Amino acid sequence: MTNKKVKVATVSLAGCFGCHMSFLDLDERLVELVEHVEFDRSPLTDIEHCSSDCDIGLIEGGVCNSENVHVLREFRKNCKILVAVGACAINGGLPAMRNHISLEDCLNEAYRDGIGVENAQIPNDVELPLLLDKVHPLHEVVKIDYFLPGCPPSADVFWKFLTDLLAGREPSLNYELVHFD
Amino acid sequence: MNNKSIVIDGKNVPFEDGQTIMQAATAAGIYIPHLCHNPDFTPHGSCKLCTVKVNGRNCSACTFPASEGQNITNVTKELNDDREKITQMLFVEGNHFCPSCEKTGNCNLQAVAYHLGMTDNHFPHFFENREVDASHPDVMIDHNRCIFCTLCVRASQQEDGKNVFAISGRGIEKRLIVNSESGLLKDSDLDVNDCAAHICPTGAILIKRTGYKVPIGQRIFDHAHIDTVTLANEGASHDE
Repeated sequence: MTNKKVKVATVSLAGCFGCHMSFLDLDERLVELVEHVEFDRSPLTDIEHCSSDCDIGLIEGGVCNSENVHVLREFRKNCKILVAVGACAINGGLPAMRNHISLEDCLNEAYRDGIGVENAQIPNDVELPLLLDKVHPLHEVVKIDYFLPGCPPSADVFWKFLTDLLAGREPSLNYELVHFD
Repeated sequence: MNNKSIVIDGKNVPFEDGQTIMQAATAAGIYIPHLCHNPDFTPHGSCKLCTVKVNGRNCSACTFPASEGQNITNVTKELNDDREKITQMLFVEGNHFCPSCEKTGNCNLQAVAYHLGMTDNHFPHFFENREVDASHPDVMIDHNRCIFCTLCVRASQQEDGKNVFAISGRGIEKRLIVNSESGLLKDSDLDVNDCAAHICPTGAILIKRTGYKVPIGQRIFDHAHIDTVTLANEGASHDE
């Protein structure tokens, strides 16, 4: 047994960062957690790309644009265990509620026809990732190993899941920890 | 009293002639997962969640008559895996966004998913475009959440003495329709006090202005398992 820390990468794709905020609700348990894990690519570290030897990737949010697809694939390539965190990662969630409206109508409503819009134009800078026709859950793009439901999953869910994995146990969430809302 | 019995998961369960496997099981305190079944109405046998193995063959417990000599399995990995897949198919066929649904925590579809340990939807989502009918002053239909269990259809006919709902079309074209000239709920004779307005196991038929009377976190399935809740409700109604 080495004391090499487990590498955890995290990202929010088409999410609201609520799952990351909930993760931070681990509060003082974060101190214990960082004894065993180090954070790789994550909004918590500002590291821009995954190391090739990440152990766990936590992905919040679904996939709504081309950049999301690239990032998700980068995570899949570099993380041994990939985890869909929260309702949006699992079924597209709130962003996917645009799926029954055409992309053209969405863009027109937001940037051209919406109330109070000035200099109406559809953003078209080359730096901007192209929107996908529909928002997709992660499992439709890459293989996902575990799912943590909830909007957001509570800090206790993260704690139970990560401590199970760190202890070498198959992660399991009891009834009180599984919520789709 | 008679001494007739069937065997469910190795346990002797008494039954009376005319009872279905579901009725005998519920009376004996055995939960068989189901969504389209409600003991107050004629069984429909469509959701297939209650599929059990009767002497090695798959049967719907809600419609299959109990009879002497039946050796039934209910709680097995194989059957529960099938049930989970069926539930996942229901989730991807409709648009079930629990965090934005008034019914969350009180929803049987969600609770069955919890019961089966379902944490993802497995299949690609349809993201079907379905309508919302909010025309009625007191009741709304969100077709995104309809699982075609026909409980509203049966409740309207059998309990309310009306004929407000029906299922139209087949297969992927299937949809819930309303019996009115315009097809809208406001022009039907549905009343907010009708059983049909309250029977929906999901968030497809909702009573307006009541959705958040009970806060999320204090709802039925937030802390109680569906097997306990169902046996308490349906066991009692069956014993009447």
